[in-house]
Amino acid sequence: MSTGTVATFEDSLERLEVGWTHTSVDGLADVLNEVCDEPTVGVELPYDGVELPSWVNTDPTPADLRAANAGITAAGIGIADYGSVVVQGTPDGVEPVSLFADRHVAVLKESDIVPGMPEAFEWLGEEFRTGHSSAIIATGPSATADMGALVKGAHGPKDVHVVILDE
Amino acid sequence: MSKAREAKAAKIRQLMETEGDAVGTSTRGFNEGRYESVQTLDDYEGLKSEARAIKEDAIERLPELLDQLRETVEANGGTLYIADDDADANRYIREVCEDKDAERVVKSKSMTSEEIEVNHELEAADIDVVETDLGEWVLQVADDSPSHIVAPAIHKSREAIADLFNETFEPDEPLETAEELTMFAREQLGELIEDADVGMTGANFITADTGTMALVTSEGNARKTAVVPDTHVAVAGVEKIIPTVEDLQPFVELIGKSGTGQDITSYISLLTPPVESPTVDFDDPDTPLTETETDREFHLVLIDNGRMDMRDDDQLRETLYCIRCSACSNVCANFQHVGGHAFGGETYSGGIGTGWEAGVEGLDTAAEFNDLCTGCSRCTTACPVEIDIPWINTVVRDRVNRGEASEVDWLVEGLTPDEEPGGVSLQKRFFGNFETAAKVGSFFAPLSNWASQLSVSRDLMERFLGIDARRELPAFQRETLKDWFDARNSHVENPTRTAVLYPDVYTNHVQVERGKAAVRALEALGVDVVVPDVRSSGRAPLSQGMIATAEDHAHDVYAGLAEHIDDGRDIVVIEPSDLAMFQTEYEKFLPEKSFQRISEASYEVMEYVFGLLENGVDADALATTDSEEVAYHSHCQQRTLGLEGHTEAVLSRLGYDVVTSDVECCGMAGSFGYKSEYYELSVDVGSELQGQFQTDETKHRTVVASGTSCLEQLDSLLRRPSQHPIQLVAPQR
Repeated sequence: MSTGTVATFEDSLERLEVGWTHTSVDGLADVLNEVCDEPTVGVELPYDGVELPSWVNTDPTPADLRAANAGITAAGIGIADYGSVVVQGTPDGVEPVSLFADRHVAVLKESDIVPGMPEAFEWLGEEFRTGHSSAIIATGPSATADMGALVKGAHGPKDVHVVILDE
Repeated sequence: MSKAREAKAAKIRQLMETEGDAVGTSTRGFNEGRYESVQTLDDYEGLKSEARAIKEDAIERLPELLDQLRETVEANGGTLYIADDDADANRYIREVCEDKDAERVVKSKSMTSEEIEVNHELEAADIDVVETDLGEWVLQVADDSPSHIVAPAIHKSREAIADLFNETFEPDEPLETAEELTMFAREQLGELIEDADVGMTGANFITADTGTMALVTSEGNARKTAVVPDTHVAVAGVEKIIPTVEDLQPFVELIGKSGTGQDITSYISLLTPPVESPTVDFDDPDTPLTETETDREFHLVLIDNGRMDMRDDDQLRETLYCIRCSACSNVCANFQHVGGHAFGGETYSGGIGTGWEAGVEGLDTAAEFNDLCTGCSRCTTACPVEIDIPWINTVVRDRVNRGEASEVDWLVEGLTPDEEPGGVSLQKRFFGNFETAAKVGSFFAPLSNWASQLSVSRDLMERFLGIDARRELPAFQRETLKDWFDARNSHVENPTRTAVLYPDVYTNHVQVERGKAAVRALEALGVDVVVPDVRSSGRAPLSQGMIATAEDHAHDVYAGLAEHIDDGRDIVVIEPSDLAMFQTEYEKFLPEKSFQRISEASYEVMEYVFGLLENGVDADALATTDSEEVAYHSHCQQRTLGLEGHTEAVLSRLGYDVVTSDVECCGMAGSFGYKSEYYELSVDVGSELQGQFQTDETKHRTVVASGTSCLEQLDSLLRRPSQHPIQLVAPQR
């Protein structure tokens, strides 16, 4: 992965009006604190040495989901050309946590950003054949133009923030 | 005007008035978005071909892929049911819901479920069905039907939706803005989703290797529908299967761009149900998700409903490659003005709608709107899987003409290919045999022109042929181009090339001046010209759906030109729709080698001039100018063939200052604008072009247009005359 790919990813996020922050593992808690309003729900991140801060509710109920301002999940990969994050459904609830809160905060490793769709689908094919049962390619917030103009937050999050974990 | 024509015209007029503006604004926006968005791809054409190849292969191997999919779905823990038809599918879905004692089903938008009308079946079983796509929900509240396959409520303005919501729900504060309306719908639907028992979705694609379905959405309602209730029913046509997960890639890149002009939709859900995500049980709001009993159930219902027969049908098979992106609707000038309520059948609408309706509902349904396809071919380059949509429409038109043809009829037609089948209307027969009318017209000109203008003649023509009395008729010339050419001494010293100028019906009988101009221009550039006696291309019968007659023309034209081609002569064609016949439709009619020969030897006249100039021929032989200002309208088929730029380049090189129209179509499309049931629509579509050529920048410019019908439309819309570009650049003597 080249710095070019990361720069392309950032340009794409910019185009989508999606905010992003680079941080180290040590700085993650501060970044999350900055971009999340309470109450925040989350799903533990699968990265070595990374833990969500204690103020993040990592065992939410349906009522918590309904009330959440932000939902923090990992993203399997980022797709530079489109500014997409791939969110994989897991038994501990990545899909609902990324879907019900007003803001979705997706955390991914810088090395997991791929250039485009061909690379993304190579990765996805492998994931599906080795057992993951679902993934969402999420690009920006949910949106609709059905009511006469583009509105963000039709059914899902109104806003997305991407946190890139530098290594 | 006949009662049927009058009723059709009235319906079209009413839809233009009530829904035209809303449909037009959105479809044009989507279409412009497509033009911009596909530019971000490195290899758009390559990606389209890849997508097409995947679909071709998948439909070819469909039975095998179905078997594979059954294995993977069952191995994943889901159920696959293949339904023969709508009744079969509806019964199965109802039983699944009844087994779960479901009180409410939430649905994410799906055309297939519209096709089978599953809502009726479930509601009859006392199950509450809620459409969660905001557009679909608006229609459900309004008791209306979709008018577009991607944006179902496209025909409703924001104001109309606000009125509907304020009347139906009587909110404390009246809703007004798009934001308010969307948030209101989000809240209402959110609650309805929360206590739903079954979630129903469609599936844009299903991969046989893993049983993964792809759902292309932006709102997030499909995600909620699939994740909240513990039972998920997905309904799709059998044609949605593709071999592998990797095969999804070109479609994911193309579908949003082609449809709404988004680079990608907000969500592409890739689900291999039953998924691992915990259900969200809002009836038990205080138990953590991870402790919720999750025993998910998944039913994939694949529907045949005529599709396997379409697969066996050489002409309709391509319809199954359709990925329901709506590009063909958005690019269609007629659709932009009337929308899917005129341009659609029971379920499907727009360009590809005819193929779907013919296959799924039958010819009668398809016939109702089939004539709205003018065959302009603008959709063929828009289609991300390269479906020849105009051809499908022509085939369906032909079948409608034939009605319930018996085998005896087919035999008789085989023996006498000039005979059109009994079902062809007098109107279609007239336009299909325009060549004959033109011959008679020229022979009796100017008497024929005088006679045809008489009000009594116009009245009869309108009554029996459906030719609108408001449309000016073409004036036949006594001396045809062929007569003129034969009577003159033509001699070019040391010709660089020899060319056959193809005398299409209009150039030969009506627009003779542009033919003469072409001869003069080519000769001035050192080309030896011949004008042979060759039959018309067959475009006229083809556009009336008279395929056998068109094919007969194709054989005659090839026979008439073959020796010239063998002799190394180039075929120069003035009328773009005839050139398109040679370069596309003839592939269906001629042996491959013959098609290759005529297709490779033929050129559009301005393309040919461009080639000569590129090869060093001196442009001074033509009418050069000192920045004369020109307003240019190309021609639909010419643009599809990628030839618009040649005329612009030639004009620029000769010193003209060119502004080119970018409207999708002039609205005339040959016979279409003459037909009384479509006359007003034709004028309405034409008003876009009229507008572009009447701005401060363009209103004084000389008007040139490449196609016969475009010229006729422009002549009737503008106060100043128009001409073919070759007339502008040809030397006067």
